[in-house]
Amino acid sequence: METIVKIRDVHFEYMNFEEQEIAALDGVDLDVQKGEFIVIIGHNGSGKSTLAKHINALLQPSRGTVWIKGMDASDEENLWNIRQTAGMVFQNPDNQLVATIVEEDVAFGPENLGIPSTEIRKRVDSALAAVGMSEFSDAAPHFLSGGQKQRVAIAGVLAMKPDIIVLDEPTAMLDPSGRQEVLNTVKYLNKHEGITVIHITHFMEEAVDADRVVVMEDGKVILEGTPREVFEQVDLLKEIGLDVPQVTELAHELRCEGLDIPPDVLTVEEMVDALCQ
Amino acid sequence: MSISIQNLTHIYMEGTPFESVAIKDVNLEIQDGEFIGLIGHTGSGKSTLIQHLNGLLRPTSGTIFIDGTDIFKKDMNMQTLRQQVGLVFQYPEYQLFEETVYKDIAFGPKNLHLSEDEIDRRIRESMELVGLDFAEVKDRSPFELSGGQRRRVAIAGVLAMKPKVLILDEPAAGLDPRGKNEILSQIKLLHEEYNLTIILVSHSMEDIAKLVDRIVVMNKGSVALTGKPSEVFAQSKLLEEIGLDIPHIAKLMHGLKERGMDVPEDIYTIEEAKKVILQLKKGEYNA
Repeated sequence: METIVKIRDVHFEYMNFEEQEIAALDGVDLDVQKGEFIVIIGHNGSGKSTLAKHINALLQPSRGTVWIKGMDASDEENLWNIRQTAGMVFQNPDNQLVATIVEEDVAFGPENLGIPSTEIRKRVDSALAAVGMSEFSDAAPHFLSGGQKQRVAIAGVLAMKPDIIVLDEPTAMLDPSGRQEVLNTVKYLNKHEGITVIHITHFMEEAVDADRVVVMEDGKVILEGTPREVFEQVDLLKEIGLDVPQVTELAHELRCEGLDIPPDVLTVEEMVDALCQ
Repeated sequence: MSISIQNLTHIYMEGTPFESVAIKDVNLEIQDGEFIGLIGHTGSGKSTLIQHLNGLLRPTSGTIFIDGTDIFKKDMNMQTLRQQVGLVFQYPEYQLFEETVYKDIAFGPKNLHLSEDEIDRRIRESMELVGLDFAEVKDRSPFELSGGQRRRVAIAGVLAMKPKVLILDEPAAGLDPRGKNEILSQIKLLHEEYNLTIILVSHSMEDIAKLVDRIVVMNKGSVALTGKPSEVFAQSKLLEEIGLDIPHIAKLMHGLKERGMDVPEDIYTIEEAKKVILQLKKGEYNA
């Protein structure tokens, strides 16, 4: 296994409006393996987004080091290589598309790399195919739904041929079907294109299929493990104001009443099986 | 205030190649003090419908009576209507524009030409209603607040108009679980203590299930289903056909029923499910 993201003792502070120093990251250590699907959860202000922005060098740590594919992110010489290696998708679908036609938007990144136009054509076509948006290549972005816009934004990142995609709450502003579209796309890219995914979300259901879930609180990683290991900690998660999937919470409640139900139930189907044993 | 929506139809860009029927012959009665959950996926006509309720859109045909008054009649006073029916759009925090929280909330009441004292009183009251500390926040710029706080400022701005009907379009979207719970419980409080008629538009069945008296499901511009949450969630087949998700607990109950367990189908919260399952399991042990 190749460690593609290596974060060691990373600190980051910013000034608030009263000019007090606030620690957004307070000594974060995290390794991400190539091909992994990681979900980061934690409430607003826990440091998730700040951490994400360190992964493609949008922010630099005040202390500690981030290595992306072995490249030190604080070395300015590595900046463009890192941004090409780790692409980012943000929350608001309306803030990320710059062109008036879908395929031009997807081509924007590679064009800035000075890639020959035949190669750009190839990259744009395959990126749009990978997110299932080929038939919309000539559409104007403002006629697309939120989920479709986010898929175009993901295609724009894909056209840069990244190893890693970091998604910062890409589904927060979408309706349930848009959320599902984006999540399916991300899972497909992880499974079939081998892209390492770091997905930040408030929707616990989106964490259920991850390889690993990382929980952040007060700028620290306080819990990590498989979805089962993490969601078993119902009391801890509730204490810091996070949800667990509804059936996991029900299983926890029933266990507290003495019923023999596995603590790591995550889906409705598993719960049905557990109760019908 | 009671609302009576009668044969309401709205066609966008009628007579052009872009013509599209957003809502079609909608009939709906809402009682004074009712708490309604409006669901339906994107494009089902929810937003078009609620924009008629305070006269932002005029219907192509049909009309709406609020407390017996036809709001689309010729001499209707739209300012009064918009004061009585408060509409909180999606992501209302993007509509904040003033230098301080105080001034932003004051904007609406000022346009009603109220006295300074009355405006001040309303600002204090509405900030309290949304759980914002007056002394701490009033002089701050809305833009230095957190997302959840900014949203409360926006809602306070609508409450300062003293509406009798409050319509909220996805008030919890994009907030973290804690922020979401806070906003929703404050809305519940507004309903319980001030008897406001509330229409809550949401994609989240879980949130709606916890709060409302009645659910209205929209699909393709029409009302597909209406009833108490338990009645609506019992129609899981229809909801699935429409492409809506039912709460996981309701799904669990249907799953158990299919496997032959004797559980009621109208259960949709964790507490109820816990009770039912415990009873059932105890029965098994005793048998």
